[in-house]
Amino acid sequence: MGTFVKFYIDGKECIARHGTQLVKAACENNIYIPTLCNYPGIPPKGACRICAVIVNDKAVTACTTKVSESIVVHNNTPELEKFRKSVVEMLLSEGNHFCPSCEKSGTCELQALAYRYRVTVSGFPYMFPFREIEAWHPKLMKDHNRCIQCKRCIRGIKNDQRKSIFAFGKRGTHVEINIDHDASEGISDELAQRSMDICPVGAILRKRKGFDVPIGRRKYDNKPIGSDL
Amino acid sequence: MKHDITSIIKRYNDDPTRLMDILIDVQSALGYLSDSTIEQIAKILDVSRVDVVQTVSFYHFFARAPRGKYTVYLNDSVVAGFYGRENVKEAFDAAAGIKFGEVTADGLIGLFNTPCIGMNDQEPAAIINERIFTKLTPAKARILISGMKAGKSIDQLMQEVLESNAKPSLKNSMIENNIIKKGAVIFSDYIPGSALKKVLNLSSLEVINIMKNAALRGRGGAGFPTGMKWDVARKIHSRTKYIFCNADEGEPGTFKDRVILTAMPKLVFEGMALAAYAVGARDGIFYLRNEYRYMREYLEGVLKEMRADRLLGTAICGKKGFDFDVRIQFGAGAYVCGEESALIESAEGKRGEPRDRPPFPVEKGYLQKPTVVNNVETFGSVVRIIQNGAAWYNGMGTEHSKGTKVLSISGDCANPGIYEVEWGFSVNDILKMAGAEDVQAVQIGGPSGSCIAPNEFGRILAYEDLATGGSLIIIGKNRDLLKDVVLNFQRFFADESCGSCVPCRALTVVCVKLMERVIEGKAAKTDLDDMISWAEIMKKNRCGLGQTAMNPVISTIKKFRELYDKKITAKDERFNPGFDLKSAVSDYDAIVGEK
Ligand SMILES: Cc1cc2nc3c(=O)[nH]c(=O)nc-3n(C[C@H](O)[C@H](O)[C@H](O)COP(=O)(O)O)c2cc1C
Ligand code: SF4
Ligand code: SF4
Ligand code: FES
Repeated sequence: MGTFVKFYIDGKECIARHGTQLVKAACENNIYIPTLCNYPGIPPKGACRICAVIVNDKAVTACTTKVSESIVVHNNTPELEKFRKSVVEMLLSEGNHFCPSCEKSGTCELQALAYRYRVTVSGFPYMFPFREIEAWHPKLMKDHNRCIQCKRCIRGIKNDQRKSIFAFGKRGTHVEINIDHDASEGISDELAQRSMDICPVGAILRKRKGFDVPIGRRKYDNKPIGSDL
Repeated sequence: MKHDITSIIKRYNDDPTRLMDILIDVQSALGYLSDSTIEQIAKILDVSRVDVVQTVSFYHFFARAPRGKYTVYLNDSVVAGFYGRENVKEAFDAAAGIKFGEVTADGLIGLFNTPCIGMNDQEPAAIINERIFTKLTPAKARILISGMKAGKSIDQLMQEVLESNAKPSLKNSMIENNIIKKGAVIFSDYIPGSALKKVLNLSSLEVINIMKNAALRGRGGAGFPTGMKWDVARKIHSRTKYIFCNADEGEPGTFKDRVILTAMPKLVFEGMALAAYAVGARDGIFYLRNEYRYMREYLEGVLKEMRADRLLGTAICGKKGFDFDVRIQFGAGAYVCGEESALIESAEGKRGEPRDRPPFPVEKGYLQKPTVVNNVETFGSVVRIIQNGAAWYNGMGTEHSKGTKVLSISGDCANPGIYEVEWGFSVNDILKMAGAEDVQAVQIGGPSGSCIAPNEFGRILAYEDLATGGSLIIIGKNRDLLKDVVLNFQRFFADESCGSCVPCRALTVVCVKLMERVIEGKAAKTDLDDMISWAEIMKKNRCGLGQTAMNPVISTIKKFRELYDKKITAKDERFNPGFDLKSAVSDYDAIVGEK
């Protein structure tokens, strides 16, 4: 592990080990940088762009940036907050997100961020794409309507032979997650649960189990995302 | 069939990082990549089926269903449109009895669109079974289709539509080089091997210093100092390093790399060997876009000759320890693969998704090893700089842009083709040279560059003014700039986004929708304001594609505002003319029986 270095976020002096991921280092210093495609413990992939910050006058993503001595970070600026709100809005208009019928409601990171940024209606035209729901897997449901293409499932979930269960298909606006028949055959309940948990939205759900946390006690029911750090 | 697949994969030592080559070869052998083919490939490579699908479904030349015994990919570039593509397309449609995107019921003919294939100076052009057919007309389209129905070979088909006075520059090809102006650096006399022999007495550092003194900047568009890039790679200790030549040439309107490769292939390969000498690399990968697959045998032949002449291979020019060779890696149709880290991902057999940087390819590139990526023209320039010295090179161009630039000029002009000029040429001079009159606008540097209006034609081509990878598209006064140019470009970006970053994935599509609305006269002024404000959002995308993907609309709103204003009919800016009340309530009307 690296030595401790000093750096600054919005003028506040912070301290972290050299080479720590900026998102994590900020968190250690009680500063929230919003994330979506980032997930602790798996390699980052700056996909959603919501963690955009300015480091030494350059726009970068905080999940793919490592802390080094004396870097100057801008995080909570009106421009960045506006951009972050736009990311949430773009995602909402790009897919089909009908929260009241979604099992992830209340624990969904996209929904929580929408609340945090006070999104009432998206500022971008809704695209209402036609997307499928896949229910062939014995343990998992895949609702493509809700997928935000963050790749957390791709990066974070492998089967016992270290083979991919999830992978991207196509490109551009058509990108989608494919589930591998063979690699996902006979996955354990734990792995199915982990797949559901790693998904920030309700795009991967476990079958025959659900709505087991009552409204009012779900993760983001009482405190907005980012307040617990 | 199973046997075919197994033996093809064997050729690549069952190596999953060679998936691109495997898929290309298997598709060549079997015509398309069926689900069961994909399944077998995955089994042999011992990876998940979805991993293979991930690569296959990313590239538009990979077919998951049959695309016909004859597969026509008709170029969809702006300039093809200028030269009557629509009529050619209709002739193909009518003669084959199908629409574009379809295959005839008997599986004989498939018709497809494809983005710019690098033939803008001889449009309309199409790729048919890996061969290029240029200057198509409706009559030729009909001849081709009836030839296909008669079962003629590709060579026969080409003979039938070849103009009698055509002078094919490559064997069995209709392509012309159209080198109109030769310059001192790329298109001048050259004796293969002379630069290599010269460096044998120099240290790697000395070679790099020559590049630095020459102030050579990359010709792929970004203009990064070549000497500096090489120096980073040189300083990293690694037994394995790679030299990549970026011959993806995907920027619509660019075709200079194609011509350099056709006319001066040894110059480019020698440049790669010089880079290898400077940074200490033994392996070169030449990433060539699939559109240029017709060059394969030709370039393989050139490589063979160079090996025989000891300009490649082991002990180059007899110097012990100077070993370097090049293999050709084909792409499969994806503009974003021109971005250097996407290029590397693709060469590793994956979808062409740009990487997060840092680390940069010079630090961790192909297979995580230090990798130098340079453009075709950059490598060509390197050879001449070694031959003639930094001062010679330095003497040409402007203060910040040294040497020459090879331009691909196309569109509304008398002499489309290749021009090698010193940096510092003004747009006016270029238009005069190309024989362009009544010019409405010039698109500099392709869709990701900028569109300039006549009052800016005094500006010069240089990194300090109009930086360009070399594409200039001349747009005449008679063209519908918004419909024929801007909409085409915006569709291109929407099709070519890799789909990783949220703004790039979402807004490229939204932008197409809004442009369609503008053109139909159904946009509101607020739609224009929205698009202008999104440019800022796009800057936060990961790679250059997303960062520049709204340039077509933004630069024309800025410079040709009156064209947009003419299309905005609503006087009250809160009024949304795009909202069609009748269609919005049509379901309801149908239910209650109202019309
Ligand atoms: C979307 C995109 C497409 C690109 N396409 C090409 C290309 O076709 N050829 C090329 O040489 N560089 C291309 N580039 C630039 C490369 O990323 C890279 O900068 C270049 O190959 C470096 O070589 P150079 O320094 O010799 O210019 C592209 C960049 C982006 C963002
Ligand atoms: S399924 Fe979930 S985890 Fe996977 S990419 Fe979609 S939103 Fe992300
Ligand atoms: S900007 Fe667009 S093309 Fe580039 S990485 Fe992001 S999504 Fe892919
Ligand atoms: S969390 Fe950093 S880009 Fe998504």
